[in-house]
Amino acid sequence: MKKLILSIFAISLFTLSSYSQNKNLPSVKVKDLKGKLVNIQSLENDGNPIVISFWATWCKPCKKELNTIAEVYEDWQEDTGVKLVAISIDDSRSASKVKPYVNASGWEYEIYIDANRELARSMGVSTVPHTFLLNSNGKVVWEHKGYIDGDEDELLEQIEHISK
Amino acid sequence: MKKILFSIILFTSSFTLFSQDSPLEIIGNFELNMQSYSIDSAIGAVEPTPERVLNNAYLNLLISKGNFTGGLRYESYLNALKDYDPQYKGNGIPYRFATYTSDGLEVTVGNYYEQFGSGLIFRTYEDKGLGLDNAMDGIRLKYSPVSGLYLKGIIGQSRTYFDYSEGIIRGADAEFIVDELLGLEEQSSCAILGASFVSRFQSDNNPSFVLPENVAAFSTRLNLSFGNINYYGEYAHKINDPVGSMVQSGNNYANGKAIVNNLTYSQKGLGITFESHFVDHMEFRSERAQKKEYIINYIPTLSKQHTYSLLALYPCATQSEGEFGFNTNIFYKIPRKTVLGGKYGTKLNLNFARTNSIQGGTSFLNDIDSLTHNAPIFKIKGETLYFSDFNLEVNKKINKSIKLNLVLAQQTYNKDILEGKPIGEYGIIKSTIAVADVSYKIKKGHTIRMELQTLISEDDPNTTEHGDGNWHMILTEYTISPNWFFAIQDMYNYGNYYESKRLHYVNTSVGFLKGANRFAIGYGKKRAGIFCVGGVCKEVPSSNGFSLNISSSF
Repeated sequence: MKKLILSIFAISLFTLSSYSQNKNLPSVKVKDLKGKLVNIQSLENDGNPIVISFWATWCKPCKKELNTIAEVYEDWQEDTGVKLVAISIDDSRSASKVKPYVNASGWEYEIYIDANRELARSMGVSTVPHTFLLNSNGKVVWEHKGYIDGDEDELLEQIEHISK
Repeated sequence: MKKILFSIILFTSSFTLFSQDSPLEIIGNFELNMQSYSIDSAIGAVEPTPERVLNNAYLNLLISKGNFTGGLRYESYLNALKDYDPQYKGNGIPYRFATYTSDGLEVTVGNYYEQFGSGLIFRTYEDKGLGLDNAMDGIRLKYSPVSGLYLKGIIGQSRTYFDYSEGIIRGADAEFIVDELLGLEEQSSCAILGASFVSRFQSDNNPSFVLPENVAAFSTRLNLSFGNINYYGEYAHKINDPVGSMVQSGNNYANGKAIVNNLTYSQKGLGITFESHFVDHMEFRSERAQKKEYIINYIPTLSKQHTYSLLALYPCATQSEGEFGFNTNIFYKIPRKTVLGGKYGTKLNLNFARTNSIQGGTSFLNDIDSLTHNAPIFKIKGETLYFSDFNLEVNKKINKSIKLNLVLAQQTYNKDILEGKPIGEYGIIKSTIAVADVSYKIKKGHTIRMELQTLISEDDPNTTEHGDGNWHMILTEYTISPNWFFAIQDMYNYGNYYESKRLHYVNTSVGFLKGANRFAIGYGKKRAGIFCVGGVCKEVPSSNGFSLNISSSF
């Protein structure tokens, strides 16, 4: 019985995988900093690339990544037209710290809160940071788990690659 | 078994029925955690079973097409890692769902995670790190009849390990976004009102006592944004829910309540938060039993969530049966090009958090004893201290290649209360912790980072047992962007009261990251301790051995 289940599972995966292509954003609602619901599919950037970065106020590498990019964000925007959307997975323990932290840090990103990780689950995010790059059609063309110093250079290369 | 087979067939065949207008999409992620266990009696690591290697793994799969999404998770515990409950055993598909949206109505059948408000009366979620998953199995509807009004309804049973609760949970939530309802969008102020109701049905099979079969809880909430100021308040009430003990003194018929007040202010360069809560007898469970794996509400812990090892050695945990606490933060960025700010600016975070007992203790009511009272919702003086943490974090970029993060903290930890030990065993442990974290960029992509941490602790003088005493910790990490990391760390319990426990816990790890895949191999000793995420904690046993972690998404 188990073998049968596994083989059905494997076959269906195999046949379905032939349809696979670049990910789209799922239709999931997140909250903005006022607490209003926003469907993530409504994100847009006039046909320019969008970076979606999952983070949390308690995550050191996430903050390092976003603080590092914040220093060069203006240049990135001018050169490539990119927009960064930072999605916090802080739950009700720390969600109220998101806005004060973001403002105090002077981040110019678009910020949303995914308090019960519905969007994270819909995009296959299990740990933070997890960064996605979307092309002009809103398709995910690149993604990266974790952050180590210098990873922002690779992200910029990827952005430049698709904004040409 | 037949059920699983049925759900797979249903799940996969459902896709072929759809028209070809919108493309079919498949995404998912996979995670594997394997650990070997060697005997190490010095640290208290003994073999779990005759088997030397344990493994946890899961695969999430999501398939969507147009307005339809279906998903499942295959979980494998062969056998579960020692820091998981052994009731996670074997393989299975405990999570599968189908959902579609049609003209604003969202229908989900199968498993789902849901949260009402901040979760005071209802939150189901998963946290793989904690081995926690209380997913619902049943039906969920979401509907927005007019712009600004959002409704949710749920019915189902909550998951515990590979089983579902006997209790049936029913609930509804409404949220009104006032300015959307009135068409006043793009204002600097905003008001959101919310209300939720949750009820659990479980038949009363207790031969001795009459127990409520329908246990209700409700909450109301208000979220106000006014320019730079934001307020969030929530009040929750739960009717009596005795655990069904066969002895009279074991059944508490008191109602529960909780009050949350959060106030924040922020402007460019400055952020201030003040959060507080009062909780009395507010544990809400999917079954009439006093076990924490049945909890279906979430009362967040009021303290900073530390990630440095020694700062998190004595973590706070919410006492949902009775606690008053507050947590305040100041975030400030000293502007760049000032004396203290330097070329890049300096970031400060000052945090103070404190929790204590409520006056008179947890409400208690039955025929032989009664302590229902309206304890003051804001009282510190004269109450038993549970936890406090006063800390300052300074984050500074010195120049293009050096970054510095410093933390100084003073913590008090009521080990008896927070770990459920007999009162008077350990009492309150006071500790002072210092952390220095420096990273140095050697050349493009190559960075070396070092953490030095020290903890000096003071035992409670009037107790029978000794805490772990003083610790040092050192970590060195070398990273090569974008693919490699190497790390070695040593935690040294040099100040333990018992000489035999003055041990080193050395760990090494190597990781390879590429795109959406991450591989890590580690070897070393882990200390036994309390591991917490978001205020929910678990006890982790000590271990010595190799570990392998693979994480991937597609």
